[in-house]
Amino acid sequence: MTIGVDQRAAADTRQTLLDIWETEPGLYGWLATVDHKTIGIRYLCTAFFFLIIGGVEALVMRVQLAQPDLKVLSPDAYNQLFSMHGTTMMFLYALPMLSGFSNYLWPLMLGSRDMAFPRLNALSYWVFLFAGIFLYVSFPLGQAPNAGWFSYVPNASLAYDPGINMDVFALGLIFLGISTVVGSANFIVTLLRCRAPGMSVNRLPILVWGTLTASVANLLAVPAVSLACAMLWLDRRYGTHFFEVTGGGQPLLWQHLFWVFGHPWVYALVLPAMGIVSDALPVFCRRTLVGYTLVAISTVSTMVLGFGVWVHHMFATGLPVMSLSFFSAASFVIAIPSAIAMFAWIATIWTGKLQVTTPFLFFAGFIMLFVIGGVSGFMTASVALDWQLTDTYFIVAHLHYVLLGINVFPVIGGLHFWFPKMSGRILDDRLGKWTFWTMFVGFNAAFFPMHITGLMGLPRRIYTYPAAMGVGWLNLVSTIGAFVFAVGVLLFLINVAKSLRAGQAAGNNPWDAPTLEWATTSPPPVYNFATIPQVASRYPLWEDRLNEGEDRSVIGEAARDGMVLDRDKETIGVTPLDAEPNVVLKMPGDSVLPFLLSVGMLVLSFGLLLQAIWLVAAAAVCEFVLLALWLAPMPHDAVEKVEIYD
Amino acid sequence: MRSAVPLGFAAFSLAGCSSSPLGYLDATGPVGGPIARLGWGLIAISAGVCIVVGILLVIALWRGQRHADLEIKTVDDTAAIRWIGVGVAISTVFLIGAAVWTLVTVRQIRQPASATALSLDVTGQDWWWAVKYRGADPAQDFTTANQLVIPVDVPVQINLRSRDVIHSFWVPKLGGKMDMIPSRTNVTWLQADKIGDYRGQCGEFCGLDHAFMAFDVRVLSKPDYAAWLDRQLLPAAVSAGEPGFKTFMVRCAVCHTIRGTPAGGILGPDLSHFAERETIAAGLLPNTPDNLVNWINNTQTLKPGAKMPELHMLAAETRDVAAFLEGLK
Amino acid sequence: MTDLTQEQFLPVGGTGTVSTAWWGMVCLIATEAILFVYLIFSYIYLGSQQSGPWPPNGPPSLRLVVPNTVILLASSVVVAWGQRQFRRTGNTPLLALALAGTIVLGATFIAMQVVEWSGKGIALSTNSYSSAFFLLTGVHMAHVAVGVLILAMLLIWTIMGRFRGVHHEHIALGALYWHFVDAVWLVVFITAYLVPQFS
Repeated sequence: MTIGVDQRAAADTRQTLLDIWETEPGLYGWLATVDHKTIGIRYLCTAFFFLIIGGVEALVMRVQLAQPDLKVLSPDAYNQLFSMHGTTMMFLYALPMLSGFSNYLWPLMLGSRDMAFPRLNALSYWVFLFAGIFLYVSFPLGQAPNAGWFSYVPNASLAYDPGINMDVFALGLIFLGISTVVGSANFIVTLLRCRAPGMSVNRLPILVWGTLTASVANLLAVPAVSLACAMLWLDRRYGTHFFEVTGGGQPLLWQHLFWVFGHPWVYALVLPAMGIVSDALPVFCRRTLVGYTLVAISTVSTMVLGFGVWVHHMFATGLPVMSLSFFSAASFVIAIPSAIAMFAWIATIWTGKLQVTTPFLFFAGFIMLFVIGGVSGFMTASVALDWQLTDTYFIVAHLHYVLLGINVFPVIGGLHFWFPKMSGRILDDRLGKWTFWTMFVGFNAAFFPMHITGLMGLPRRIYTYPAAMGVGWLNLVSTIGAFVFAVGVLLFLINVAKSLRAGQAAGNNPWDAPTLEWATTSPPPVYNFATIPQVASRYPLWEDRLNEGEDRSVIGEAARDGMVLDRDKETIGVTPLDAEPNVVLKMPGDSVLPFLLSVGMLVLSFGLLLQAIWLVAAAAVCEFVLLALWLAPMPHDAVEKVEIYD
Repeated sequence: MRSAVPLGFAAFSLAGCSSSPLGYLDATGPVGGPIARLGWGLIAISAGVCIVVGILLVIALWRGQRHADLEIKTVDDTAAIRWIGVGVAISTVFLIGAAVWTLVTVRQIRQPASATALSLDVTGQDWWWAVKYRGADPAQDFTTANQLVIPVDVPVQINLRSRDVIHSFWVPKLGGKMDMIPSRTNVTWLQADKIGDYRGQCGEFCGLDHAFMAFDVRVLSKPDYAAWLDRQLLPAAVSAGEPGFKTFMVRCAVCHTIRGTPAGGILGPDLSHFAERETIAAGLLPNTPDNLVNWINNTQTLKPGAKMPELHMLAAETRDVAAFLEGLK
Repeated sequence: MTDLTQEQFLPVGGTGTVSTAWWGMVCLIATEAILFVYLIFSYIYLGSQQSGPWPPNGPPSLRLVVPNTVILLASSVVVAWGQRQFRRTGNTPLLALALAGTIVLGATFIAMQVVEWSGKGIALSTNSYSSAFFLLTGVHMAHVAVGVLILAMLLIWTIMGRFRGVHHEHIALGALYWHFVDAVWLVVFITAYLVPQFS
C-alpha cells in the first residue's frame, strides 16, 4: 500500500516538474527554448551539417588533386575551397560538435537540471549558427575567405586580397568567438556550481575534465584571435599599420597572436574527445578506467603546456635559435601527458572483458590513430626536421590524423554511444560496424599516403603538382580513400535515419554504463531528474558491484530520495570542490531574448562588413536594450527550505 | 594488425622518396645531411612506437575477448598503473633522446664550418625569385631570376627578403625552409657537396600561383662557376638591328631588364643571359623556344594570375622575341 | 533507503561567491583581462621591432591623463562607498547618488580622453605606433563606455526600486566590473603613458 502511495506521489512530482520545465510547443517555444538537451542536439546537428559541407569541399579538392596537372578547379576556386574547408572544420565543426556533447551531457552526468546559465547557452548556440552562416555569406559570390584557415598577412591584407573575402573571415571569427567565450564561461560556472550533492571534483567524468580544460583555455585564448582579426580588419578597411609594413607594422605579430590562440585551440578540439573515450571505452571493457587520476591530471597538464608551444608553428620564420630550441623541447615534453592517457586506455582494454560493439571499435581504432598522429607530431616538434616538414603534406597528414583521428572517430563513437540516451533507440550495430570499417579503411587510405607525399616534398596548399614529382599514384590513393571515408559518413547517416524510425528501444541504460546520465529515462525528461541525485562515488550505477566503501548514491523519484525542488524552475547549487549544497538556483524560463540578441549581432556584423555606420549604430542600440531586458533584476525569496540528505 | 598495413605501405613507399625532386630524406651536404639523418632517426622511432603500441593493442584486444562473464567486479589497478609508469618512462627516454639529437643537429647546421665566401640576396615576389649577386664593387653586381648558380663545396649565405607577401625559400635537397618576410631580412645558408641541379620551391602559401613558384639551384665545379660568373658580368650580346630585340624593346622592356641595353624594367625578372636558365616562369616549363612562345602567348592559361599580361602579339613577333631571348647566352 | 536526516534553509540565488552570476562575472573579467594582455603584448611587440624611437614623436603628454587617472580611480571609491552604504543600511537614494556620481566621473574620463586624443596630432592610420596606441586606449575607453552604460542601467533600476532587501547582486557585479575597468586603466596608463617617459 505504501508503495502505491509512493508511486502516485512520484507521478505527481513528475507532473509538477513537467509543468514547470516544459517548453511551449510551436514556433515560439522552438526559438525560445533554453533546455540544454535541445540546445545540445542542435549543436550536434548543426556541427554535423558543417562537417558534411567541409567534407564535400574536401572531396572536390581531392578530385582536383587525384592526378598531376588537372584543371578541374581554378587556383582561385581551390584557394577558397581549402580555406573554407579548414575554417569550417576547425571552427564550425570540431569545437561546436564537442560543445554539443557537453551541452547535452554535462547536466545529466553531473546530476543537475540544466547549465548554470541556460539563456547564455541558447545564446551561444544561436551565435554559433549565425556566425557559421555569416562565414559562408560570400561563398556563393565566389568571394569566400581564401588565405587559409590561419590567413597569414600580408597575403590576407587588402593589397593582395582586395575583395570582401578576408573581411568576412575576420568579422566572422570575431562573431564566432563570442559564442565560444560565452559557451566556455557557461561550462566553467556550471562545473563549479551546478552539480549534484556529492559530485566532488574527484568524481567527475573525464569528459567533464576535458571540456572544463578546453573551456578555460578558450576563455584565455580566443581573445588573441579576436584581437588579431580586429587588427586585420582595421588594417584592411581603416588603414592602420598593425601588420602593414609600410607604416611599421609586423606580419609576424599576426602569427604570434594567431598561434597563441591556435595551439591551445587544437587541444580544445581533442581533449573533450579524449574524454569521450576515457568515459565510454571502459564501459565496453566492463571495468573502470585505469588511472582515472592520472588521466585527469594529464588532461589539465596537456593544456597548461599547450600554452607554451605556439612558436612550433613558426620554426621557419627566422626567430632566434635559442628560443626555437626552447619551444622545440617544450613540444617534445607535451607528448608525455598524451602517453599517459594512451597507456591508460590500452591498460583498460588489456585488463578488461571486452564487448566488441560499434562504439568500442571507434574507440579502439581511435587509439591507433592517436598514436600515429602523436608520433608525426613528435617528428614536427623537432625544430631541425620541421624546417623540412613544415608546409608539406606531412603536416596535412599529421593534422588530419590528429583532428579526424582524435576528434571525428571519438565523436562518431560517442554518437553511437549516446544516441540511445538522446533518442531512446539504439543504432543498428551491424551497420555501425560497417560504418566503422569503411571510415577506418577510407581514412587511412586517404591520409596515410600524405605522410609519404610530404616526405617526398609535396608542398601543401598547391592546387596542382607536376607529374615529375612522382606523387600521382599516391594522390590517387588519397582521393579514393577520401571517397571511401565519405561513404562511411553516409552509412552513419543512413543508420541514424533508420534507427530513429525503427531502432531497438534503448531503455534507461542499454550499455549498463556507470554514470548518472544513464540513471534517467531515454530520452530524459525535460527536468532530467525528478529528485536531485545524491552522489557517493565516481561510478554511481556500479556501486553495488564494485563494492568500494559503505556509501551508496541515491537516485530516486520520490521526495524522500532527495531534493525535489518543485516549487519553481530550480536546481541546486553546490560548493565548487566538495559539492555540498549551499544555494537554491532559480533557473530562467524560456526566452526569445538570446535569439533576438544573436540576430542583432548578425545585423551588426553585416553592418561592419558593409561599413554601414547607421546599421551598426542601430544594431548596437537594439543589443543594449535587449541586454537590459535580459539582465533586469527579478524579485525572489531570500531563502528556501530544502531537504538535505545526509 | 591495424598498424601493420600502413607501416608496410610506408616502408615500401619511403624507398620512393629519394627519387622525388623535392624529397629531402636523401639530402646530403652539411645542412641537408644532418637533417636527413635526424629525419630517418625520428621516422624509425615513430615507426617503432606505432608497431609496439599496435602489438600491445592487438594483444589487449585478443586477451579481452576471452571472458565469458562480463559482470562488473572490483579491480585492483596497482599493477596496471605501474605498467603505465613503465611505458611513460620509456617514452620519456626516447623523447629526451630526440630532443637532444634535435638540439645537436640545430647546433651543427646553424653556422657553416668556414666563413661564407659567397653571399646572395634572394627576393621572393608574386610569383618568382630575384637573385642578386654582389661583386667586389657595385659595378659588378648583377641580378638574375629563378636560378641560383653556386660553386660546389662552398658555403653560401642567402639573404632572404620579400617584396610583397610571405614566401619561404626551400631547396629540400640542400636544407630546410626559411621564410621571406616583408620588412625583415632572414639569413640562411646552404652548401652543396655534389655537382648537379637541385629544385627549389616556395614553402609558404602566397596566393594564386603558389603552386608555380619554383626555382633551380645549379651547382657547378669551382672553375665552371668562375666561368659562369665571368659570362654573367658581361652585358648581353645584343645586336641592335635584330627584329626580336626591337619588338622586345616595345613590348617587354617596360617590365624586364637586359643589361647593356636600354631595357630596364624592374617589375619582371631580369632577362640578361636568359638562355642560360633551366626553366621559364619560375620552374613552370623547361626553357625551350617552343615553351617560350607558348608562355608568351598563353601566360594566363599556364599560370593564372601571373603579373605578366598576355600581349596578343603577332605570331611572327612572338617567334622573333623568343629567338632573341634564347640567343642571350 | 536511508531516511532524510535534516531540513535546511538555503539561500536562493545567493550573493558573492555563492551566486552563479558572480562566477560568470569572474569569467567575463578573466577573458577581458587576457584581451588586454594581448593588446599590451601587441603594443610592446610592435615597439620592440621598430628601428626608430617608440613612440616616434616622443613620449605622450601627461598633462590631461594624470588628472584623468585620478578621476577614474576616484570613481571606483565612490561606487564602492555607495555599495557599502546600501548593503549596510539599504539606503536607496544614497546608492542612486553614488551611481550618478560614478557615471559623471566616468563620462568625464571619456570626455577628457577624447580631448587628449584630439590634441595628439596623430591619427589611427598614421603609423604602427598610432594604431597600437589608439587601439589599446580605444578598447579601454570602450570598456569605460560599457561600464557607464551598466551603471546607468543600475541607476535606473535603483530609482525604479528594483533593488530591495537582498536583491542587490546586480550592484555588486556592476561595481566589480567597474573596478576591473579602473584596474586595467592603471596598466594601460603605465604601459602607454608612463613607461615612454623613461625610455
